[in-house]
Amino acid sequence: MKEIILLKNGELALKGLNRHTFENQLVKNMKYRLHDLGKIRYVQSQSTIMVEPVDERVDLDEAYRRLKTVFGIAGLSRCAAVEKNMDAILPAACEYLRDELLLAKTFKVEAKRSDKKFPLNSPQICMELGGVILEKYHHLKVDVHNPDLIVNVEVRDNYAYIHGNQQKGAGGMPVGSAGQAAILISGGIDSPVAAWMMAKRGLRLYAIHFASPPYTSQRAEMKVHSLLRQVSKYSGSIPLCVVPFTRIQEEIKDNCPEDLFTIIMRRFMMRCAERIAKDQGCGALITGESVGQVASQTMQAIACTEAVVEELPLFRPLIGMDKDEVIEISRKIDTFETSILPYEDCCTVFTPKHPRTRPQLKSVEEAESVLDVEGLIEEALNNLKFINIGE
Amino acid sequence: MEAYLDNSATTPLCKEAVDKVNFALTSCWGNPSSLHANGIAASELLESSRSIIANKLSCEPDEIIFTSGGTQSNNIAIFGAANALKRRGSRIITTSVEHSSVEEPIKHLESQGFDVIRLRVNENGLIDERQLYAATNPSVVLISIMYVNNEVGTIQPVEFAKRAAVHAGANALIHCDAVQAFGKMQLKPYNMGVDLMSVSSHKIHGPKGAGALFVKKGTRLAPYVLGGLQENKIRPGTEPMPAIAGFAAAANAMPDYRQGLEHAQKLRDYFVRNVSAMENIKINSPANALPYVINISVLGIPSEVMLNYLSNMGIYVSSGSACAKGNKSRVLKAMNLSDDRINSALRISLSRFTTKEEMDYLLYGIANAQKNMRRMK
Repeated sequence: MKEIILLKNGELALKGLNRHTFENQLVKNMKYRLHDLGKIRYVQSQSTIMVEPVDERVDLDEAYRRLKTVFGIAGLSRCAAVEKNMDAILPAACEYLRDELLLAKTFKVEAKRSDKKFPLNSPQICMELGGVILEKYHHLKVDVHNPDLIVNVEVRDNYAYIHGNQQKGAGGMPVGSAGQAAILISGGIDSPVAAWMMAKRGLRLYAIHFASPPYTSQRAEMKVHSLLRQVSKYSGSIPLCVVPFTRIQEEIKDNCPEDLFTIIMRRFMMRCAERIAKDQGCGALITGESVGQVASQTMQAIACTEAVVEELPLFRPLIGMDKDEVIEISRKIDTFETSILPYEDCCTVFTPKHPRTRPQLKSVEEAESVLDVEGLIEEALNNLKFINIGE
Repeated sequence: MEAYLDNSATTPLCKEAVDKVNFALTSCWGNPSSLHANGIAASELLESSRSIIANKLSCEPDEIIFTSGGTQSNNIAIFGAANALKRRGSRIITTSVEHSSVEEPIKHLESQGFDVIRLRVNENGLIDERQLYAATNPSVVLISIMYVNNEVGTIQPVEFAKRAAVHAGANALIHCDAVQAFGKMQLKPYNMGVDLMSVSSHKIHGPKGAGALFVKKGTRLAPYVLGGLQENKIRPGTEPMPAIAGFAAAANAMPDYRQGLEHAQKLRDYFVRNVSAMENIKINSPANALPYVINISVLGIPSEVMLNYLSNMGIYVSSGSACAKGNKSRVLKAMNLSDDRINSALRISLSRFTTKEEMDYLLYGIANAQKNMRRMK
């Protein structure tokens, strides 16, 4: 029996005249994700995409597993593709969905036909198949309102497709359809989640990490690599730019009031990030900030940090989320266990004991004015390191 | 230049071990349990390896069980003893400074209803015999005390365990985690009144993946891994011959412990004298600790940061135990050291191959770090 994967692309179907741009991006992303599995055909029609293996060696289990992490897919199901006549459809449905039929208590049949020349209409298909299933599986009852299992039959141009319940896909929009943005990633729990959330909205990711050797170790950077590798399973490969940050942190530590250390440091991060982002063609910055989580994420502190960003919009997808909500997502996308590895990172080095929680922009600017801001940034940007993470 | 000063974490292989591993991998790869000639050759290698380890511990070959390393030796000993004797009593005595591969199994037994007494230590990391005597009653089934502490080098008076048990009329088994002592000091379980003793290959310049447990003749252990007949059924599974043969070769290559001890003592004294002359230094190891392990604090510079700095210079030391990366040292806490000392602790561990040049380079590294790095509050 021929088997394919049927995808529903959900939100994309609501797009107007540019819908095809989105769909093409989605197909491009899928092709990229499945490219090593063998020859596969992608057929788009209305709000569905059919993924059809062309050669025999395509591992459909693996393809299905990977497609579950592709943004832009609302739902997916594995289907049997059978000949377009009831003699083929009836036994195939009973056999192909055997495990699901055995586990369910109630079911219903839903039929669709886009091929209007098919001799039976949809209600007729339902009646006939439902009858056969009831005959074969005595424990089942029909429930048209809330069934455990929906047996779907879709009669299309070349084949009739049979599948059970549709599984939820990763949702969102195809990565790349919204352009590229830069995520500031430290190694904690929040930034990978923020990155994932924005990739879900169709953004291609570019990552910026600040390293302060020897205060931070190589392991801290390796931790960032593995976090990004995990996120890249959803977003596709992520270019990473590592900014040498030691000198800047030491200068702040030596010359600025201790309680403003973190704010001033974050202002430097934002300045560096915006320049790198613009240089790399990114249209926005992404951070994992959430109001009130730490001293540098109070409203006043965020205002002081944001003040140095000149042009790009700043996306903070976690701004209104609780820590446990963020942790829930990080567990779902499998970044949590890596995030909690206990290495010093650029944000924990030199943290003041009593940071100012309501800094005034004026006093921050004044404290900062003793530093050669431009010189320090330039020195850092002249020594960037670039690595590509993910496939 | 490079200075590898993390020998309590692991050691580089000595040439003898490399050659033997190679031999076992390529020329003697049979299954020691096979009846044919190919298997017999492997079983001969296994038994000669066993004799070498037995010889080093002054015991009989049939008292040596090969394991996968120190952690497995400790687990087999602790679960094996506690489960074999649980009908006789339910008290286990150990110390508050054990390696996690002793602490965790005992914690597990505690959750199953064993009554666990953890002996406290003084500021030198040393237990008090009086406390040991006081805790020992007839219901004690197991006393587990490490010989040399892996973080500070303190040598525990293990011999008191048997005495305390006999004194209290307890029929307890005595286990000693001697992983950090093997090859570095005299190690005779019979003289120490020890029934079970753990040693490991990769701390003595052997390969990883092998260790041994001394099980005194007549000692019954309840196996906790079940399978074939290998290793007295206590550690079933086909023996990893390359690791075991390499382990034995490394043990065989160890010179008399007195030689190494003298060498280590000289290096330690030299280092401590010089490092103490610097500012902001505290020595956490007691003066009479095994000289192979030196624990110090460089106040104001967190361990991890200092580690990175030294690592960039090619100097490799550790913060506490390599098996507990990132966690605050249980041992230093038990010694009641202040937080700033614990947070900035470094463990420097030597081997018989360590040179004075390496110690000098470390001193240079620490001095440089103190000069260049910003202190944390």
